[in-house]
Amino acid sequence: MPRKTMIEAIRDAMDVSMGKDDNVVVFGEDVGYFGGVFRCTQGLQQKYGVTRCFDAPISELGIVGAALGMAAYGLRPCVEVQFADYVYPAYDQIVSEAARIRYRSNGEFTCPMVIRMPTGGGIFGGQTHSQSPEALFTHVSGLKVVVPSNPHDAKGLLIASIEDPDPVIFLEPKRLYNGPFDGHHDRPVTPWSKHPLGEVPDGHYSTPLGKAEIRRQGADVTILAYGTMVYVAEAAAEETGIDAEIIDLRTLLPLDLDAIVASVRKTGRCVVVHEATLTSGFGAELAALVQQHCFYELEAPIARVTGWDTPYPHAQEWDYFPGPARVGQALRETMEA
Amino acid sequence: MPQKNVLSLHVPEPEVRPGGTPDFSNVPIPKAGSVPRPEVDVDPRAIRDLAYSIIRVLNREGEAVGPWAGTLTDEELLEGLRHMMTLRSFDARMQTAQRQGKTSFYMQHMGEEAVSCAFRRALLPGDMNFPTYRQAGLLIAGGYPMVDMMNQIYSNERDPLKGRQLPVMYASKEHGFFSISGNLTTQYIQAVGWAMASAIRNDTKIAVGWVGDGATAESDFHAALVFASTYKAPVVLNIVNNQWAISTFQGIARGGSGTFAARGLGFGIPALRVDGNDYLAVHAVAKWAAERARRNLGPTLIEHVTYRVGAHSTSDDPSAYRPKEESAAWPLGDPVLRLKNHLIVRGLWSEERHKQTEAEILDTVIAAQKEAESHGTLHAGGKPSARDMFEGVYAEMPPHLRRQRQQAGV
Repeated sequence: MPRKTMIEAIRDAMDVSMGKDDNVVVFGEDVGYFGGVFRCTQGLQQKYGVTRCFDAPISELGIVGAALGMAAYGLRPCVEVQFADYVYPAYDQIVSEAARIRYRSNGEFTCPMVIRMPTGGGIFGGQTHSQSPEALFTHVSGLKVVVPSNPHDAKGLLIASIEDPDPVIFLEPKRLYNGPFDGHHDRPVTPWSKHPLGEVPDGHYSTPLGKAEIRRQGADVTILAYGTMVYVAEAAAEETGIDAEIIDLRTLLPLDLDAIVASVRKTGRCVVVHEATLTSGFGAELAALVQQHCFYELEAPIARVTGWDTPYPHAQEWDYFPGPARVGQALRETMEA
Repeated sequence: MPQKNVLSLHVPEPEVRPGGTPDFSNVPIPKAGSVPRPEVDVDPRAIRDLAYSIIRVLNREGEAVGPWAGTLTDEELLEGLRHMMTLRSFDARMQTAQRQGKTSFYMQHMGEEAVSCAFRRALLPGDMNFPTYRQAGLLIAGGYPMVDMMNQIYSNERDPLKGRQLPVMYASKEHGFFSISGNLTTQYIQAVGWAMASAIRNDTKIAVGWVGDGATAESDFHAALVFASTYKAPVVLNIVNNQWAISTFQGIARGGSGTFAARGLGFGIPALRVDGNDYLAVHAVAKWAAERARRNLGPTLIEHVTYRVGAHSTSDDPSAYRPKEESAAWPLGDPVLRLKNHLIVRGLWSEERHKQTEAEILDTVIAAQKEAESHGTLHAGGKPSARDMFEGVYAEMPPHLRRQRQQAGV
């Protein structure tokens, strides 16, 4: 099976979708001729023409608002916001409009659209190239929120998102674009060509939204993770020797609660990890759900390892990023509790 | 030593406040028929002065004059008058229904009836409006059932939107009326996107965006103009300048600095100003802009100059911020009276027929109201089901909503 980077897998997903359905259009800043600042749309304009894949003015609200109008017409726009850190000008269009069109019009109008945005830190991106704003979207009724962690899922989940009848926020951990990253910034990075999840089938397939995947079977503690933190969790389990079960949530909304509950009921312990800041982060929702559904099986307090409640710093990157040492520490404490 | 000037902040104020004498002497009103009618494929740079004038057809004597006259047949004009009268009657009944506690909220169109009613006539089936909350004339003139509008206002068991939306936030795909949102100006850029989609699919349909004077200050307005211009989208972008954004006069949105229409010029979009109380002029301009869009010549920006005669909404009291007599002093008059006079001058109408029609319309509106009320009002009678609250958030109900619906016991 061909191996691809996450960038190639994402591009492949759009290519397959555009080839299959004339209604799929792709646009955003630098997305057309240049093929995107991360190369995710390279060659699409050449292949499908300027009216299917094109450059947009630098206006996030314009991109999302126009896409919404297109979706209402019957197209399936898959648009890009260059960095998740720059989605805020479009927030009104996403929250007040895209998320609610179906509900407020009782299905007269719908919004089948995907908003792709590179997310996450670990790249010395500083304050405006590192944020993980997923909790700002999981709090919004009517949206779906997806975060892939590997090329295989990225393609399958993006195809599923484009085909989904509802608006999907598709967060791409840019730290994972070229290879998995476990938080060991001092070691050379392995490319996806050396990783089994870099195997990406050709042609059309889809990975269902709302389904988590167990990345590592374990008996002692459940780690709930997504995006880059899946690999950090794997490294932490490896290094501490703790037999952790690692669940890659893949879709945050709707959430695969059944998979989470089944695992925590088995292990009796739970550590939630994400890059985003702690307070009111998505981890709070996860901890509350686990507490509610697994209260009698829990043998330790639910731990959360997250970014600190500060803007994402530049020089202090590795003091901020929740790496394997911090996750490992939380695993030990949870086992000892 | 150089002298330092002390700076001061400029905060625009309307000419008059409550207690003052209304004064519109600073609003230049050109003579009817004085503005030329360019070809639709005109170079936008050649008609920049149209953004600073006002296209008018009906003169003081009630005659239709000038190059923009003659776009409607006698029959269409008579029907247009009926549409405006119907909207006014509908407004009055719903305003009262709100005062009677049958609904929580209503917003009238008083004085602005010509804008949406006349514009609607320039559209074809399949075209899509992206209206604000003050363009119900698009529905009335488009033949949308009045009972359904009332059902929506009453949030009753027949409410097409299942009680989920505030009154007057209608939605009808079939009638080319996009779902209204409470968030101002969001629909303006959506109209552009819809038009781009029509162009991408080599369709023949056009889109129409609507915004008020105050809401032009939202960033979505700017985004819409950029996108419309960049992609030459087949869209007509309307600004309804009724002088007031709730209590805020149009100068706070920086009207008066030029015109709202003139904002299109910087984007290379042809911009026209029209007498919004002149049914014939609104239609002529709408037709011109729609034709431009249909011929793939790109977007047009239209400023409809009018006056918000009524309160902003049933929650508003305009006497707190503007003179009570101000609407009577508005130099462009009343759209219903002006069309009525025109038809009388033409021998097509009479005071007697007007009174008779008014009574007929009132009967129709009352009959519709009775029917709607038989299906319930906000606090009495039939209601949408509580189960409906959980439906339609997504195409398929996800597990967490199923759990919540169960928990709610519905």
